[in-house]
Amino acid sequence: MNAPLPRTNGGCRDAPVLKERGQREVFCGLTGIIWLHRKMQDAFFLVVGSRTCAHLLQSAAGVMIFAEPRFGTAILEESDLAGLADAHEELDREVARLLERRPDIRQLFLVGSCPSEVIKIDLARAAERLSQVHAPHVRVLNYSGSGIETTFTQGEDACLASMVPVLKDTTARELLVVGALPDVVEDQMLGLLSDLGVGPVRLLPARRIDNTTAIGPNTVFALTQPFLGDTHAALERRGARHIAAPFPFGDEGTTAWLRAIATEFDVNEDRFEAVTAAPRARARKAIAQAAEVLNGKSVFFFPDSQLEIPLARFLTRECGMKAVEVGSPYIHDALHGPDLDLLPAGPQISEGQDVDKQLARARDARPDLTVCGLGLANPLEAEGLSTKWAIELVFTPVHFYEQAGDLAGLFSRPLRRKSVLRLEAAE
Amino acid sequence: MKLTVWTYEGPPHVGAMRVATAMKGLHYVLHAPQGDTYADLLFTMIERRNHRPPVTYTTFQARDLGSDTATLFKQSCQEAVDRFDPQAIIVGASCTAELIQDDPAGLAETMGLSIPVIPLELPSYQRKENFGADETFYQIVKHLAQPQDRTARVTCNILGPTALGFRHRDDVEEITGLLSDLGIDVNVVAPLGATPGDIARLPAAHFNVLLSPETGETAARWLEKNHGQPYTKTMPIGVGATRDFIAEVGAITGLPCTPDESRLRMPWWSRSVDSTYLTGKRVFIFGDGTHVAAHTRVARDEMGFEVVGIGCYNREMARPIRALAKEYGVAALITDDYLEVEKAIEKLSPEMILGTQMERHIGKRLGIPCAVISAPVHVQDYPARYSPQVGFEGANVIFDTLIHPLVMGLEEHLLTMFRDDFEFHDAAGPSHHGGQHQMADAGASGGSISGKMIEQVAADDNVIWLSDAERELKKIPFFVRGKARRNTETFAVERGLHEISLDTLYEAKAHYAR
Repeated sequence: MNAPLPRTNGGCRDAPVLKERGQREVFCGLTGIIWLHRKMQDAFFLVVGSRTCAHLLQSAAGVMIFAEPRFGTAILEESDLAGLADAHEELDREVARLLERRPDIRQLFLVGSCPSEVIKIDLARAAERLSQVHAPHVRVLNYSGSGIETTFTQGEDACLASMVPVLKDTTARELLVVGALPDVVEDQMLGLLSDLGVGPVRLLPARRIDNTTAIGPNTVFALTQPFLGDTHAALERRGARHIAAPFPFGDEGTTAWLRAIATEFDVNEDRFEAVTAAPRARARKAIAQAAEVLNGKSVFFFPDSQLEIPLARFLTRECGMKAVEVGSPYIHDALHGPDLDLLPAGPQISEGQDVDKQLARARDARPDLTVCGLGLANPLEAEGLSTKWAIELVFTPVHFYEQAGDLAGLFSRPLRRKSVLRLEAAE
Repeated sequence: MKLTVWTYEGPPHVGAMRVATAMKGLHYVLHAPQGDTYADLLFTMIERRNHRPPVTYTTFQARDLGSDTATLFKQSCQEAVDRFDPQAIIVGASCTAELIQDDPAGLAETMGLSIPVIPLELPSYQRKENFGADETFYQIVKHLAQPQDRTARVTCNILGPTALGFRHRDDVEEITGLLSDLGIDVNVVAPLGATPGDIARLPAAHFNVLLSPETGETAARWLEKNHGQPYTKTMPIGVGATRDFIAEVGAITGLPCTPDESRLRMPWWSRSVDSTYLTGKRVFIFGDGTHVAAHTRVARDEMGFEVVGIGCYNREMARPIRALAKEYGVAALITDDYLEVEKAIEKLSPEMILGTQMERHIGKRLGIPCAVISAPVHVQDYPARYSPQVGFEGANVIFDTLIHPLVMGLEEHLLTMFRDDFEFHDAAGPSHHGGQHQMADAGASGGSISGKMIEQVAADDNVIWLSDAERELKKIPFFVRGKARRNTETFAVERGLHEISLDTLYEAKAHYAR
């Protein structure tokens, strides 16, 4: 069972990477708050920033679903920019008012933004001070989701990394699974791990503040999201060991991910087969339906969430697509290496972005499907290219076996739509 | 520092983007960090624009701050001019770039570009989106408008419509038609659809029609002062206001203005007996000052509603809205705090809200019907069909818009007659809106776990949900849970299964997967 998956055509791990620097058509790290606040049900995310930050969160959330969500922006005003002593006092006042109104809040994240970083409001100091004031009921942490430091999903990375130092010490041999997943997916994963006999399993982030998640030299950890580079480093600094594996997208990715953990915990092959056979078969069947549409089609990834490399691996190996370019905001060998090994050689791997140059390459390649952000999707559709909005890949449950068909469906739907519409004028 | 949950207006540079995106041949070089590009999606998604906004973001990062962000700005500016070949550029800073004080205007000036460079000073920490649009348009007009002779025929400009405006696309068409009926040609519409070259021709018109005071008033005032062009003060929204507007145009031009009202249906629709039920409906009106003022008059004088409260989020319009509220004997709510608006609505408990996208959500939460009459709005308020707000067709459209969320007249009578009937009870909601009352029980509508519609099958009592499957089902979001349950049960029945296990649930999910 330890046989590594075969590399296809040499893989992409050693392929030359096109590194670009220029205008980036991506969200900043604040956007992660949209899903993190749903995941951590007793947490409030307070952005210290500008009207732009508030407007971004509102626009990224798309619609306002909740009358009073567990996130907000302390908008800096002219008077705050004049003197910094003021800003700290004002922050203390706003936090006190907020916590008084929302006694259900147990964790408060002070989230740095571009303006707060530029004027150097020390949120670490503020978090320490506010922790003392509001302990033990509320834990106050801080991280930066600013655009000058983080790209889109790196906001979650920064948030989780900020939680690592406050985890307790342990010498127990435990598995820590890292990355925010929708509850239904997380439960499926826990079910699989429990059936394999792997445990105890701890989660970061937990759904509610808990004192049971601990970490130490006997902790091994697995990542469910490919954008957790800083969290990975923070966990290693605490002595935990990473179980490197492809990410659990599709049948193959999920199996490889589970297998890496099973190997670590000495699960025997029979048991592995018994636990995974049925869901694998279901996943394959569900993927096959979408793959009919995707087979033989070309795909071009604009950089967005760092999910691009694992998803390109899934689309090429399990859905029969051909990758033209796979762009990622950042590439970490420790995280993306196993997926790059499996990605068939051929596509241009690119890191960073100069959006106008990349658009020129996409127009040149005329891919059958372009995966890109919302700012680019409609303009490219208007040029006749089919697109998949990348943000849906982050907001929708797509991990593990039972979602593999849904994941493939996200890519096949735009192509199916194009084939069913008859809107051209008669010739 | 002020804690904000939802905002009515974006920052001022988004207002500048609304002007730049509306125009042709103009490019906006914006000194801004990564992430500020989110604003592009407002235009490409909410308004469904098929082009990227003409904005180049310098995209500076933390590591640039210590070194040379000024060079980065100049480089981005030069590349944008080379790539997009605009007739003019506007340059400015977003909130973060304002703090690093690179002076984009000064930098651009030193570059020796052969096209006009229009600098923008938009104080991000004091002002908001509407100010940004108004100021940007004013700066463009001030820099580009050229003194010249008036046109031989009587012409006017239409000022104020922008990208992401509320129904601006159709309002321009409607008002152009109305003016044409009056024998007045349109010289230039700006900013929507105008090039920098068109802006230069603005002073050739005899007067200006100010179609959107929020975004065009400063430019209109400047043109009046510097080029002697009077501008219209009446916003032609509603029947009475449209007639007043026509009279105002007559006074400015000296032309005999007798409009063609043959397409105006609204007065009869409002007088017809089915509309009797509208009488005295208590409405609360909130939005931008211009639309609120216009709808207050429409609500009372043309729909027969009772106005129980009005307010606006743009402080610039506080004075006229307060005066209007006094005239109507109600309190004016001037705030951009969404929670305060919600509190006011809860307290007044109106039968209907005329508001923005935000009030639509308040209405949904409180169970009060809401018609959207003002920005900010969402994608569903950019309709494919022609639906202006101004002029006589606008009045027709507004009548339809305001009654749509309500129960129809005849239907209301039926409600009274069959008060306890299972189909006609208050909670059933209007019959022309799908699926509302079902939301109350298992929340069985909307979304799709499978994307495939199936016929509702008679519940088969022989199928039992095992507890683990039942637990799993509860984890599925409520709005697709009903469909997941039905699909799984159908799947089980078709296969002759009597129990639904966790595996059955996912077998079914895979079966219906698309």
